Amino acid sequence: MLSRTADSLYWLGRYSERAGNVARGLQSSLRMASLGGALASPAVEWRALVIAAGGEEGFTAKHKAFTGEAAIHWLTLDTSNPSSIANCIESGRRNARAVRTALTSDMWEAINETWLEFRRLDAGTIQGDRLPGFLDWVKSRTLLFNGAAADTMLRGEAWRFTHLGTMLERADNTARLLDVRHAVFAPGAAEDAASHAQCQAVLRAVASLRAYQHVYRARLRAPLVAELLIMRPELPRSLIACYGRVDRVLRVIEADTGGRRGSANDTAARMHARLRDNGIETILEQGLHAFITETIAANIRLGIEIADTYLHG
Amino acid sequence: MTETPPAFDEMNDQGGTRAPYAGIARYLEAAGEAALEKKRLDAEVLFRRIGITFAVYGEGGDPERLIPFDIIPRVLGRGEWDRLARGLEQRVRALNAFLADVYGPGEIIKAGKIPGPLVLENELYCKHMRGFVPARGVYTHIAGIDLVRTSADDFYVLEDNCRTPSGVSYMLENREAMLRLFPDLCATHRLLPVSDYPEELLETLKSIAPANCAGDPTVVVLTPGPYNSAYYEHSFLADEMGVELVEGPDLFVEDDIVFMKTTAGPQRVDVIYRRIDDDYLDPEVFLPDSTLGVAGLMRAYRAGNVSLTNAPGAGIADDKAIYPYVPEMVRFYLHEEPLLANVPTYLCEREDERAYVLDHLHELVVKLTHGSGGYGMLVGPHSTAEQRADFAARIRARPNDYIAQPTLALSTVPTLVDGGIGPRHVDLRPFVLTGREVRIVPGGLTRVALREGSLVVNSSQGGGTKDTWVVEDEPDPSQSQSQSQSRGGF
Repeated sequence: MLSRTADSLYWLGRYSERAGNVARGLQSSLRMASLGGALASPAVEWRALVIAAGGEEGFTAKHKAFTGEAAIHWLTLDTSNPSSIANCIESGRRNARAVRTALTSDMWEAINETWLEFRRLDAGTIQGDRLPGFLDWVKSRTLLFNGAAADTMLRGEAWRFTHLGTMLERADNTARLLDVRHAVFAPGAAEDAASHAQCQAVLRAVASLRAYQHVYRARLRAPLVAELLIMRPELPRSLIACYGRVDRVLRVIEADTGGRRGSANDTAARMHARLRDNGIETILEQGLHAFITETIAANIRLGIEIADTYLHG
Repeated sequence: MTETPPAFDEMNDQGGTRAPYAGIARYLEAAGEAALEKKRLDAEVLFRRIGITFAVYGEGGDPERLIPFDIIPRVLGRGEWDRLARGLEQRVRALNAFLADVYGPGEIIKAGKIPGPLVLENELYCKHMRGFVPARGVYTHIAGIDLVRTSADDFYVLEDNCRTPSGVSYMLENREAMLRLFPDLCATHRLLPVSDYPEELLETLKSIAPANCAGDPTVVVLTPGPYNSAYYEHSFLADEMGVELVEGPDLFVEDDIVFMKTTAGPQRVDVIYRRIDDDYLDPEVFLPDSTLGVAGLMRAYRAGNVSLTNAPGAGIADDKAIYPYVPEMVRFYLHEEPLLANVPTYLCEREDERAYVLDHLHELVVKLTHGSGGYGMLVGPHSTAEQRADFAARIRARPNDYIAQPTLALSTVPTLVDGGIGPRHVDLRPFVLTGREVRIVPGGLTRVALREGSLVVNSSQGGGTKDTWVVEDEPDPSQSQSQSQSRGGF
């Protein structure tokens, strides 16, 4: 497969996933903000979300304060934010169009319809009561795209690079969500109403509140939430589930391309092994923040290494 | 405004419905306007859904537009077509012989059959091709020859397209649309298929792989990218042939060998069907700041390590100033009489012909020698005195840039327009493939001028397309006529 084609598929996977993740993050923070000052300061909450989406510098260059209005606009419609929903939709479609013949018609239609509908929206879409409906719509479009890919794509190289992008982006998102609330997971942190609400917010952002109950059948406790999101392979958005996929997909790509491999293959295997071979206690004792910061850095490195080996020819 | 001269209608001659159109005429009569209008809408939905669009960026509005498709096909009888096909093959053989000659020994110039400066000083003459012979000595592997018709027996070549003619995807998609929209009507005709074009194209491309290519040649289609107006066609052809669609940055040259960058590492490329113009092919040789091409491509080409279709410099054969000499090429290289006629052409650079042109602007069509797309053109009978004065001044200022031809009464074909069915002028672009052998699929792209009386068929100027049918002359006795009638067209 052409390197450029693989590159476009990989970024199509990433941008589509990112759009959904931004919407999920927003939904969860909206809820936190509406709980009022007793449990969380709205400014702290919005700041956390903007940081999780990786755009703090760009945001502060434009806005003085982390108000809800500013954060929502920044994350949805602002085209100067490379990770805004608007940009994810635009970039996803641009990548899809460049490799149209590598997509199934169901995938193309999912992406293209999203783009067409988004162009018809007005600024009022993200205001007040209309915002939740808009976020639901974005989430559903990502689900549709993922479903179309999973259900209609030939399990060949095109699928693997798309899936690789989706999984890497998902891992990145989960890591960042944990990072912005890392204080809750520090050993000896207070287990009060506020920390409970924070735990809830993290779980909601990865659609796992129910999953937690199914796995633990217990009230929310920070170490268990961390374990679920980091260590439990049965949760599709946990770090280990995502890295397991990334590792496996890279092994198949290596076999596909006549044994072509680079540092990406080793990095992925190492990241997967590190999660598999450690208990959550070890990680929490060493500090979640340090662990996650390292994970995010490794994730960025892995992205660059994948590009070097496979996407830039 | 002068009236358009009476035109030959391909369906309705003085003697009534012409034989190839008998089935269509019966169908149209039985179907009625409402049913036809519904079919027209169905066709539009179909084309939108498949995404057969041409990109128009920078003009605002929908950047991906449809070329209007007319549902009434243009029909040629097998006998008519066979005669045309022989003429097309002959003409393209002569054009290739001419190219091999002017980049080689130059016999035709030495023989005094064509003025040397017209060729050698022409901006389309590519000096980098001098003394180099491409695989099998073929230069224009994919030629689009634009034909017009003025009577039952008279076809003329309006122009040759020897560089990167486009439109073949419409030929193929138009047929697919007709088969889906009018299955019964198609079934009652013995239609010669066109759907094997991509296979014929791939065979042609493989057959001109470099001599040193061992094994199955790797073929690619080189596109300028998604913002090019013909991008749909590029991706369509690559997809149909099952080859990679590459852009310049996907390729690189090392040791005079072309490679494409793949996930499995560099892969050698043997044949490039390039859909970018000569000027952009290789920044080392042509425009130095072009990012569409590949640095070193011409080195690899001249080293015999890769084949390019069409060959750089093939444009010298389709220059409008060279066109008047094509019949002479046929005689000179093939020792045959041309089977296809040229439109009589006046070269404004010749004093006596220029004088005639300036005196007869009101009845001539004036064209730029290097122009295309129907721009820079004066249609005398439809022009105002002001426009004629403007062209007269331009011709006097730069006579070499202009040619003139009589305004031909282009044939018409019934076309679905607002308010029913009306005659509209058409032309025809068949595609001629040359590799180990010459291959022509029966048909081509019929373009139709949708504006009443207009003679300009270019899609950029209000033109549409029709499916082009070549049908066996003898109706198939096993298909009864009543089938299409009894169903009333639904």
